[in-house]
Amino acid sequence: MDLDHIQHRMFDAVRQPLTATERMRQRTRDGRSLRGIAEEIIKPNDRLTSFERLEIYNRQYWFRILSALSEDFPGLRAIIGERPFEKLAIAYLLDCPSQSFTLRNLGSRLPLWLLSHREYIAKSERLALDMVRLEWAQIEAFDEAANPRLSQEDLAGLGPDPRFHLQPYVRLLELSYPADDFLIAVQRTKEEEIDIVSNAVTERTTRSRAKRPPLPKPEKIFLAVHRADYSVYFKRLDHEAFAILCALRDGKSLSEAVDSVDWSNRSVEESSAEVQQWFAYWSAQGWFCKNA
Amino acid sequence: MPANRFNGFTQYGVGIGLRIPHYNHILEKKPVVDWFEIISENFMVDGGRPLHVLDQILEQYRVVQHGVSMYFGSVERLNREHLKRLKALVKRTKTPWLSDHLCWGSVDGTYSHDLLPMPYTFEAAAKTAQKIRAARDFLEVPIVVENVSSYAEFHTSEMSEWEFLTEVVERADCGILLDVNNIYVSSRNHGFDPLDYVNHVPHERVAQIHIAGHSKFEKYILDTHDHPVIDPVWALYARAIELTGPTATLLEWDDHIPSFDEVHGEALKANRYVAEKVGA
Repeated sequence: MDLDHIQHRMFDAVRQPLTATERMRQRTRDGRSLRGIAEEIIKPNDRLTSFERLEIYNRQYWFRILSALSEDFPGLRAIIGERPFEKLAIAYLLDCPSQSFTLRNLGSRLPLWLLSHREYIAKSERLALDMVRLEWAQIEAFDEAANPRLSQEDLAGLGPDPRFHLQPYVRLLELSYPADDFLIAVQRTKEEEIDIVSNAVTERTTRSRAKRPPLPKPEKIFLAVHRADYSVYFKRLDHEAFAILCALRDGKSLSEAVDSVDWSNRSVEESSAEVQQWFAYWSAQGWFCKNA
Repeated sequence: MPANRFNGFTQYGVGIGLRIPHYNHILEKKPVVDWFEIISENFMVDGGRPLHVLDQILEQYRVVQHGVSMYFGSVERLNREHLKRLKALVKRTKTPWLSDHLCWGSVDGTYSHDLLPMPYTFEAAAKTAQKIRAARDFLEVPIVVENVSSYAEFHTSEMSEWEFLTEVVERADCGILLDVNNIYVSSRNHGFDPLDYVNHVPHERVAQIHIAGHSKFEKYILDTHDHPVIDPVWALYARAIELTGPTATLLEWDDHIPSFDEVHGEALKANRYVAEKVGA
């Protein structure tokens, strides 16, 4: 048996979901004997059968990736509950196994995947969909690139109708619930930050026993998830400010962005003053950069 | 050997892994530490706090990169995006050597995030060595490979683990990160004498040594990096440096991490063995 064959056989076995008691199942999902696969490639020893030796890797695989996903989405976990989250996570990871060298990207496809797997979030669908987008935005905002800011000189030298580039770490979200407040409340109960280093995982991360904050009521919010002093922040925005930022992010010029907003409930003077205030704030935060 | 072409002719002493719970202590107290080992993947990002912390560490300390997902032993080709990001980090840290594991862990672009054991075959050695060479050519830094702990052996193996390690590093002409805790763990799991391993690796290629603690279960030992180093592992370390000379040594402590002083104190025990065995 050559190396390629061994690796395909073993990896397929390692990725098979565990039983309810977190042991290796007897058969693969398509009915092949895992005992047979183990015996085909792995030697037993005087203490462990081939199956038991393979099981060590099977369990570690699931313990590691489930723990990583769980740590990245504490808000979603709090909304739907520990057990439903685990079912969701297993289904997601079977459909979307890691295709990155880093566990940081493990949840990158979860927001899109959930849109077509709403049965896992049926009881709190809108809030859960908001939360998963917010939590992924938070991960991106944490370590996306920061391009050189536009200086006052740069701003002064822009033409009459410039196109602004948003920092890569700024994420704009329109949400149906105040998921930001709920996530902050959940994170207050979160334990220490960890990084991924260890080769072995002996047990699943202990499930949180903290009391869940009350679920929020529906409320449309517009949010910028951004970074300042190397920490991630949530900034609530007016609808109009959000619309302008989205338009700028999408490559519209300043006048196009401002014109894309419905100003019918404000005077020209009011809207003009507000736009100036917003731009002053965004510039001070360094959200505009030289190269997107 | 203490300084050799596999560790960039450096003579580093005893270091510890750079871990998040110790960031504040290190940045505020600036303790004297010979060097820090970083997990490359934790810093292969585009910006934010990880790189900000790293840059502050680099101003004060020597840093060596250690990877966990290059997967030299996987049949598939090296991940180009991974290599590009790794090279950018190598330029940032100026690591004198770069280590990763002698293992596999990805198939057809899907990652296990585990260090899966190799079948000890000549075919596997040849393919692995080819990938190590390719990575070194791209990264332009000496590469050293670490022996992993393992819990399974393959029917197809044609040699012992230390013979396989030797076969790979000689074909790739690269160095070894000799993890004496992993040797101990694997020796208990597979029933071999760990001294045979330490005695038979090509000592002139050892660029770095890892020490760590582990967890015992009823039927096997797991490499968990969450305990102090036990005496039999220190004994292996003593034998290793007797054969290699005083070599850059690093304590791994990755889970249930105690205070910085406790971790550093545990690592510095290595100096006793260096003094005793090689009089350094």
